[in-house]
Amino acid sequence: MHAMHPLRITVNGQEHRADIDPRRSLLDFARDSLNLTGPKKGCDHGQCGACTMIVNGRRINSCLSLAVSHEGDEVTTIEGLAEGSDLSALQRAFVEHDAFQCGFCTPGQICSATALLDELKEGLPSVVSSPDKLAEMDEEIRERMSGNLCRCGAYNNIVAAISSVAGDKS
Amino acid sequence: MKPFDYSRLDSPDALSPLGAGKFLAGGTNLIDLMKHEIETPDALVDVTRAGMKEISQQPDGSIRIGSQITNTDLAANSDVRQNYPVLSEALLWGATQQLRNKATTGGNFLQRTRCQYFYDTARACNKRDPGSGCDAMKGLNRFHAILGASSSCIAVHPSDMAVAMAALDAEVLTRKVDGVERRIPASELHRLPGDAPERDHVLENGELIMAVDLPASPPRLQSYRKIRDRSSYAFAVVSAAVALDLDDGRMSNVRIALGGVAHKPWRASRAETALEGQMPSREMFLKAMKEEMSEAQGHGHNDFKIDLLPRVVAGVLRDLTAPERNGDRT
Amino acid sequence: MNEMTNKIIGTPLDRVDGPAKVTGQATYTADYRPTGKTAEGFIVEAAAAPGKIRKIDTQAAEASDGVIAVLTHHNAPKQNPYGTPEEAGRFTQSHAMLESDHVRHVGDPVALVIAETLEQARHAAKLVRVEVETSEGTFDQFAADVEIAKPDSLDGADEVDTSTGDFEKEFAASDVTVEASYFTGAQHSAAMEPHATVAEWDGDELTVHMAIQIVAPGLKAFANTLGIEADKVRILSPFVGGGFGSKLGVHNDAILAALGAKVTGRPVRVVQTRRNVFSNAPHRSKHRQDLKIGADASGKLKAISHDSLAAMARNYPFAEAPASPTRASYFAPAIKTTHRVVEADIPRVDSMRAPGEAIGTLTFETAIDEIAEQCGIDPVEFRLQNDADRDPNSGAPLADRRLSECIREGAKKFGWDGRVTPGRRREGNKLIGRGMASAIRPNFLVPAEAEVVLSANGQLRVRLDMTDIGTGTYTILTQVAAETLAIPVDQITVELGDSHFPASSGSGGSFGAASCGSAVFDACGKLSKLLQQRLSGKGIAANAISVEGDRVRAGGNDYALADLVDDGALTVKGAVDPSEFDHGEEEYSYGALFSEVEVDVDSGEIRVRRLLGAFDAGRILNEKTARSQLMGGMIFGIGGALLEESTMDTRYGSFMNRDFAEYHIAVNRDVPELEVHMLEGFSEKSNPLGSKGIGELGICGTGPAIANAIYEATGCRVRKFPIHMEDLLQHLPQG
Repeated sequence: MHAMHPLRITVNGQEHRADIDPRRSLLDFARDSLNLTGPKKGCDHGQCGACTMIVNGRRINSCLSLAVSHEGDEVTTIEGLAEGSDLSALQRAFVEHDAFQCGFCTPGQICSATALLDELKEGLPSVVSSPDKLAEMDEEIRERMSGNLCRCGAYNNIVAAISSVAGDKS
Repeated sequence: MKPFDYSRLDSPDALSPLGAGKFLAGGTNLIDLMKHEIETPDALVDVTRAGMKEISQQPDGSIRIGSQITNTDLAANSDVRQNYPVLSEALLWGATQQLRNKATTGGNFLQRTRCQYFYDTARACNKRDPGSGCDAMKGLNRFHAILGASSSCIAVHPSDMAVAMAALDAEVLTRKVDGVERRIPASELHRLPGDAPERDHVLENGELIMAVDLPASPPRLQSYRKIRDRSSYAFAVVSAAVALDLDDGRMSNVRIALGGVAHKPWRASRAETALEGQMPSREMFLKAMKEEMSEAQGHGHNDFKIDLLPRVVAGVLRDLTAPERNGDRT
Repeated sequence: MNEMTNKIIGTPLDRVDGPAKVTGQATYTADYRPTGKTAEGFIVEAAAAPGKIRKIDTQAAEASDGVIAVLTHHNAPKQNPYGTPEEAGRFTQSHAMLESDHVRHVGDPVALVIAETLEQARHAAKLVRVEVETSEGTFDQFAADVEIAKPDSLDGADEVDTSTGDFEKEFAASDVTVEASYFTGAQHSAAMEPHATVAEWDGDELTVHMAIQIVAPGLKAFANTLGIEADKVRILSPFVGGGFGSKLGVHNDAILAALGAKVTGRPVRVVQTRRNVFSNAPHRSKHRQDLKIGADASGKLKAISHDSLAAMARNYPFAEAPASPTRASYFAPAIKTTHRVVEADIPRVDSMRAPGEAIGTLTFETAIDEIAEQCGIDPVEFRLQNDADRDPNSGAPLADRRLSECIREGAKKFGWDGRVTPGRRREGNKLIGRGMASAIRPNFLVPAEAEVVLSANGQLRVRLDMTDIGTGTYTILTQVAAETLAIPVDQITVELGDSHFPASSGSGGSFGAASCGSAVFDACGKLSKLLQQRLSGKGIAANAISVEGDRVRAGGNDYALADLVDDGALTVKGAVDPSEFDHGEEEYSYGALFSEVEVDVDSGEIRVRRLLGAFDAGRILNEKTARSQLMGGMIFGIGGALLEESTMDTRYGSFMNRDFAEYHIAVNRDVPELEVHMLEGFSEKSNPLGSKGIGELGICGTGPAIANAIYEATGCRVRKFPIHMEDLLQHLPQG
């Protein structure tokens, strides 16, 4: 018999303490332990991005991370991006630019995009960046959002939505 | 996922025998495999909070990379980008931002093959289930090895980073349970399959990757090229990490490592030797790579790699030795 | 009429369900939380097939932590035999699971492990030991000794085979001919949401939350499987995370969840894993398509034959119709088409987005490109001069035939300037090529009903069992209601995906918006008339009315709704009867696709640089969501041309690339800025709204436009899809 394991974690600004099965992924912890069902399970193996969350400022595939390994971490899910009924700038832009169709990948896309804006600010390179500067914005976004599959094919609109917000910020 | 005990390692000084356990770093491959019960450790020792998160310059000019540095941080490091660009490029060609944010330097080396027969527990695979056979040999093997394979396994190692590390003559620093440390050349960390394909690498049970050293004064011209079906988020069909210098127009310190072709990052030492001291030309590049491919063996779907690789490496060498590029750099 | 609501159909209204989707509040099936504590079901798949289960040992699984039950054919509740009643068709016949020791295909469920948590169920599933005694199976319809048969019917086409004119004579008399076999790979719809069901029993009543495209037939599928009455079943599917044909009907997770819930007395959730989806959800068969085309020296088509060979999953009657678009694309005096199938012991073969056209135009339009070239005629010109003025097959008139208009518009917008000698256009290390193709897709209208409820406070609820699978149904129906009743958008709530609501078309075949939109149009029109009558009854002349807040505006005055509705609300039903639009003309949506690709001279890697489509889909109901639909289709087209193939190890009948790392759907970076042009139109013969199907149109023609561009870039005609680097390698110049 393998023991449950204690966990202290902050999700969307709220601290949680729980005894959990060490096998539980961060994704299943959010969905099944905290009832935060915004993050989605599209593949459960880090191959689609629907489960993307922001952990300590960096986006990760929450399906491939054990919840117990996030002791003391700060996690943001899609539920943590709007302020009450005020959507974040990216959330608004996704609606305006029709950056989704079925919407299943959308929580992951938006969490990913939220972290992406910070990565650009931080100057983190991507494979399309030159040694000394970033590539043209849309090309950077296309590459950096390639970890979030969208079977409906909203890619162009996702780029437009992110670009509109990144443009506002720069 | 088989039940396991979870614990954290506070420091490499606290190593103890793992038994049937495993180290957990980024987990991006291990958790994946544990869900399929291809990996079934009875204990996980989380090493992500045991330090090993520094990138530092050593007195001899080499760079030491802690094994728990994430792929993101390593790719973005300014020393690495400036002096070891092939490494930064290889990391950025790999996976996605989400995965690079989790994946670590040590863990990246230790990811396992993507062979579809390894992943499908209903099929025969000597790597997953020693002695069961290899269904890939006469099956779907477009992604499989053309060099150094054996009759028991034609899987390839999937890492991009490790290919660049091999080209840079990086050395892997490890510590065993008894405290003994050793240095292993990156190109010798992984094994060829032989008759024991279940063993990917030469590390002993409980031996922890502490850091990786990048030697000082790497060749000046470096490039990583990854060939893939999808323009992002895809494992390599083949890849090449190339580093060299040009002395009076002649190639020197030539290092070529290949990915997607063997059970390990493949140092193309025959091609390197053939190119050393020569003037760059397409004929020369192709001749050298033809020599490297002399013992290559396809298995049907992957035969094309034997033709593809010389073209790809010749292309990388063409671009690296092009006069305009080197004009830019002086 | 209210300025705000007049002419709102067609405008690019933001999706009304947008805020729910961007905040994670839209509840898909797996997000639903029943009141009772849910148990988790995990599927155990057969490793070998076809055959019989010799032994199944569940002891270790049953003893494992948290396990509530392990269902196998030994203890599963009794069901009606799989596939009965035979005449019911694949959407409603029994989908019995775990009914016998018979294993149909690799991946067929042989057990369902039910546990308190997913972690427990997943692990225990690994402890179930299954021995299958296999018999010889058929896994490859291209193998030598298979039995080739003519299917009883085709999906989306009336006739299995057609023949007009004398093909042999016309082909023999042709000056220029093309004759080739083409191969298209098996594909999976692979919606981002895996198939999922949460089932709950309350006495003899079953409620299922599930991801399904067409709700009403699903009720009958449960009834026919479980031996209960359809009115004891309720299906709820308010949000569906993509379908693309793979969720048209009831699939394995649904029946397993219902069985699990019955046995445990608990709500049971079964979410297919991604690997399950590649064996427990349907797929598009691989096909061989043999094409022969003949033309005279002037480039007039004389003879076309198109013969298709597919696999059909044993005891699951479905055959795709790739030669169907060939029957109506161009005029030729002789056109012959046939479809054949081989029954195989493989996972279900069923509809995938644009069944028929997606792979039919891919091969046919590539062959057309070849013959145009051999005739020495520009591919744009060739297609224009062979456009049909009547249905080449039936001779029936073609309603609103706008193929040539699409081709001309596309060519103009793309800047088509003719063909160059293949292999001649080069930028650095990239070979550049351009290509184009036509798109054609039948337009359907199917029966649908809707109900509208207007409350005294002015809130309008629109209800039908239609689903929104990403197509924008919530939004479009809001627009139809707003314009028809002249009521502001924010007073409307569209409620979908509940089998207690009136039965509709569901989502499939690109008929959802037209069919359901027409039913809502009818209901709102009737509601408007009723309000007018009631106003007249009070002596108020009301030729045109509108609703604003809780008041009705008529003739310059306004009146309280409360005085016009009964018991606080007015309920009106509407419907569309397709027979009223049966005018004997053949209807299609049309398009023309233009692309530019680059091929790396070193590696043969192919990337799409430009992709443009000009489309005629009648009246556009929402400019924004329509564009999104077309773009999504075009990206499916990229996938079909370059990326997607479910590869089967035909020694075992096992799909091997059962995940997103190996089954490649396009990523963001694969997609250039897509150029979408929609012709203005109103297809009055189609339905009251004047719209035509749009959801599948974008795929048609995209693949061949890319393949034809690859030919111009490299001089290499590849006749198998997807096209990979190794197909081009031998044809590339040296560096």
